[in-house]
Amino acid sequence: MRPMILTTILAATAMSLLAGAASAQQGTHLRFGLAEDPDVLDPTFARTYVGRIVFASLCDKLFDIDEKLNIVPQLALSHETTPDGKTVTIKLRPGVKFHDGESMDAEAVKFSLERHLTTQGSFRRPELAALDKVEVVDPTTVRLLLKTPFSPLLSQLTDRAGMMVSPKAAKEAGDKFGLKPVCAGPFRFVERLQQDRIVVERFPDYWNKENVHLDRITYVPIVDSTVRLANLKSGQLDVIERVLATDIKEVRDNSRLKLATVTEIGYQSMTINVGKGEPAKGPLGSDPRVRQALELSIDRDAINQVVFNGEYVPGNQWVSPENPYYQQKFPVPKRDVAKAKKLLQEAGVKTPITIDYMVPQNPETRQTAEVIQAMAAEAGFDMKIRVVEFATSLKEAEEGRFQAYMLNWSGRPDPDGNLYIFAKSKAPQNYGGYSNAEVDAWLDEARTKSDPAERKAIYEKVAEKFLKEGSLMYLFHRRWFVAHTAKLQGLKLLPDGLVRVVGLKLTP
Amino acid sequence: MTAQTIPVSAPAAPEAIETPGRRAWRRLKRRRGAMVGLAVIVIVVLAAIFAPWISPYDPIQQSWSAVRKAPSAAHWFGTDEVGRDVLARILYGARASLLAGVMSVAIAIGIGVPVGLLAGYLGGVVDAVISRLTDAMLACPFLILAIALAAFLGPSLTNAMIAIGVTATPIFVRLTRGQVLATKSEDYVEAARAVGNPHWRIAVRHILPNVLPQLLVQATLTVATAIIAEASLSFLGLGQQPPTPSWGSMLNTAQRFLATGPWMAVFPGLAIFVTVLSFNLLGDGFRDALDPRSK
Amino acid sequence: MLSLIGRRLVQLLPTLFLVSVLIFLLQQLLPGDPATVMAGEENDPETIAQIRRQYRLDQPIPVQYLYWIRGVFTGDLGESMRLKAPVLDLILQKLPVTLQLASMAMAIALVIGITAGVVSAVKKDTVWDYAVNVLSLWGISTPNFWLGIMMIYLFAVTLGWLPASGYVSPFEDWRQSLATTIMPAFVLGNSIAGVIMRHTRSAMLQALQSDYVRTARAKGLAERVVVWKHAMRNALTPVITLGALEFGTLLSGAVLTEQIFTIPGFGKLIVDAVFNRDYAVVQGVVLVTATTYILLNLLADLGYILVNPRLRG
Repeated sequence: MRPMILTTILAATAMSLLAGAASAQQGTHLRFGLAEDPDVLDPTFARTYVGRIVFASLCDKLFDIDEKLNIVPQLALSHETTPDGKTVTIKLRPGVKFHDGESMDAEAVKFSLERHLTTQGSFRRPELAALDKVEVVDPTTVRLLLKTPFSPLLSQLTDRAGMMVSPKAAKEAGDKFGLKPVCAGPFRFVERLQQDRIVVERFPDYWNKENVHLDRITYVPIVDSTVRLANLKSGQLDVIERVLATDIKEVRDNSRLKLATVTEIGYQSMTINVGKGEPAKGPLGSDPRVRQALELSIDRDAINQVVFNGEYVPGNQWVSPENPYYQQKFPVPKRDVAKAKKLLQEAGVKTPITIDYMVPQNPETRQTAEVIQAMAAEAGFDMKIRVVEFATSLKEAEEGRFQAYMLNWSGRPDPDGNLYIFAKSKAPQNYGGYSNAEVDAWLDEARTKSDPAERKAIYEKVAEKFLKEGSLMYLFHRRWFVAHTAKLQGLKLLPDGLVRVVGLKLTP
Repeated sequence: MTAQTIPVSAPAAPEAIETPGRRAWRRLKRRRGAMVGLAVIVIVVLAAIFAPWISPYDPIQQSWSAVRKAPSAAHWFGTDEVGRDVLARILYGARASLLAGVMSVAIAIGIGVPVGLLAGYLGGVVDAVISRLTDAMLACPFLILAIALAAFLGPSLTNAMIAIGVTATPIFVRLTRGQVLATKSEDYVEAARAVGNPHWRIAVRHILPNVLPQLLVQATLTVATAIIAEASLSFLGLGQQPPTPSWGSMLNTAQRFLATGPWMAVFPGLAIFVTVLSFNLLGDGFRDALDPRSK
Repeated sequence: MLSLIGRRLVQLLPTLFLVSVLIFLLQQLLPGDPATVMAGEENDPETIAQIRRQYRLDQPIPVQYLYWIRGVFTGDLGESMRLKAPVLDLILQKLPVTLQLASMAMAIALVIGITAGVVSAVKKDTVWDYAVNVLSLWGISTPNFWLGIMMIYLFAVTLGWLPASGYVSPFEDWRQSLATTIMPAFVLGNSIAGVIMRHTRSAMLQALQSDYVRTARAKGLAERVVVWKHAMRNALTPVITLGALEFGTLLSGAVLTEQIFTIPGFGKLIVDAVFNRDYAVVQGVVLVTATTYILLNLLADLGYILVNPRLRG
């Protein structure tokens, strides 16, 4: 008996010794701590925010955004839209290579876009739904033909829908492409150990190689924020994303660390069920005055102070107050419990009003919910918190089994991406079941206009209605906090919160 | 080898008239560890019951001006992430832990003992099916089963109890079945059967009493396991719903503030440790006291 | 003996079958739809319908089970929906991590557990005995996840001696490997050591009273030799048996510990898969660990019977 157990243990140890194929590390090596484990690394199937952080080094896109959310060329050189808005011609950067040496030309763009559009289970299809056909004009020019004018199209091409993949590699790998992605970004894929790390190395033939100063990047998912920060402080990591607002002071006080920050393009909100099934028939869902009373009972500044040390940005619209599309006419409401109580009286409802308050399992969201619960109680609301797993919450939300629901949206550069699918009748993310013919018409109209002033005017009409009676109560906008060692230079955050690795320098 | 057969064979006069229960209690009293355990359990139970009177603060009253304050004279165990008193939350949290510990074991016994009696008594196909099912459940990781069950039932304290209870059931099935098999062929059982007693009567009257001592030991030890399991589920967000406190969910929150508010993690953890330790001490005491070999 | 092994092996099959059904059914009961969860923010009805078709989620549950079990028999454990990677590959990736962690935890548990157990048996009813009892109660009563959090706080956050998380293969850098696994291994080993101490103690007490120990003493052998050679040899059998079972539990039981220390082993794989509703991963990993557990159980039983011929029946 004893020898056998010993042999088992020995064999086990030997096996674990054989396991990790070692890779020698030389040159500058950036170790990047992620807050979650990314999903599949295939731009067609990817859907997580954290995955986009890794894509930023692997896959270049046709376009990118700049600090002010303007669209700037990346793999493209320029673009031109016909006056009717139905044809977009894109000039491509010549001589760009994919990681496997294949050339990134018009054929490859056509292939990639069609792959996004036609692959079974592609998450890019809805983003490119307006796209009818892709035509190759010459090796460096493609023409996109649209079914209907769709002004947010270019902004879609600044994200995963605009990521180009090597046709050769994609054809060979099929839906296993994500296990070894081949794109045209500054770094190429080396290896991935699920839940452990993703390693990429510098791509020598990158079109902008002069500005790449790192040799290798290792992404390590570490869910616990305290541990992530501890690893940064001890030098195990060089960069970490999503530092908690409550830990920011510690980073600022540490002379060996630096902090980069930007307000998110998304928002944190409470979805109110105004039209889905039985729960919508309660006072909160059926009477806008009750909804307004709830909003007046909430002190956004206090939430920000208590839960986020005052580091976040209180808000009341689908874009943050810093965004050009923010409607100044509708400022963030101040707390007014007396007025809230009066509104409830006018509405003739009996207090306390019980509300089924669904909160996805996440410590920060839960804490926010508990503070809101306490605030709303003072005005006469009994918010019954129901913490559910994220997986369950989606199903419950879809089926309308909630009266209020804490929902975070990671945001899109174009305002349409933050609003349309939430407010349009029967749209996929319209969990609250809001439906208004006028709002629907305005939302569609805004998509056909490309002049920002014109669009903003249309959105003002939407805001007037939706902020008062709609299914979303916007609460605040997070700030992305990326902390890094002072040895790392050139790091700036763009509004999407992603770190662009081109231009980063790590001094030993 | 069972407790019941001993008094018959023990000739000493004072012991002969002593009931097994009284005898066990007398032996238990001599074990200092078990008594300490029992005392702590009584204190925790009292704290849970009388929390509203002894608690210095309301456990859900937030104080936004006193967020994450270190232990002080005003707040002995400090305050949490929304300014609630940690001591008050621990006192009230004892309710969730104790309820979960005791109720889930009650559920496990409620299902496990009858099923085990059935399997051991009937034998044959019934026994084979039940035994294989028990094996299968024991082969699956305990916490994973509990997590899956709790997620299925939806997060709440009651559902966490049910999930833990069901997951702990196979232990009691196995225990009861084994004991039944051991006593089934004893003479007095055979005799009871010969005179034509109905099966259920034999099972309840003659077999069950033999299982009881071991059951008591196992139950006490399983309460300890169940308390940890409840804390683990709450730690993963599958237990008590906010704002009502539970030790596990307090730890869940505390993990985020480890660097800035370690007291939020230290005290709920200590509470779990002390309570679980007490149940283990008591369980050990029971084991020794009910062991026929010891005096 | 052979017929006994045969009988046990035959019993194994229905148990394994039940494990597969159990784990399959249980997660089918879980609320939420895998395709919807997978989509997350990218919620689009048509895409979700496509995914459901692709992974046969639109088929009746018995049909899904048959597809899955047919795959298992041909060595195909299915594909992770979230990562689009074969489950078998994931298992092979995690196996060395889990084995290393479990072996280290077992080593710690055996060394502490056996030493303390023997000491407490030999010095029965002395201070040493009580101290060991306290130690074992500590091991049994500490919640693993709390001990983990406290160790991170002390050794990683406050003192900065050990890395707070992650995993490095010993083949890459054995020092780093040791540094990253020592805390989780200790946490896991700590609780098992408590159990092993108790069993060693009672087994040793029995062995010390046995005839051959008395004979050995009568022969005038040094007490140290009697204890560590003669008594130990016999007392070890039940302890090793227990160790084998605990090892089996460790393969998938390190759920929270792996979660807290971000160790990419089986436990973390299963839990993340449960929360992501990545069915194939849960099914595959639990099937593998449950099978291993059952086999270890069988081996332990057989081993026990081998050295205790009286139990042959």
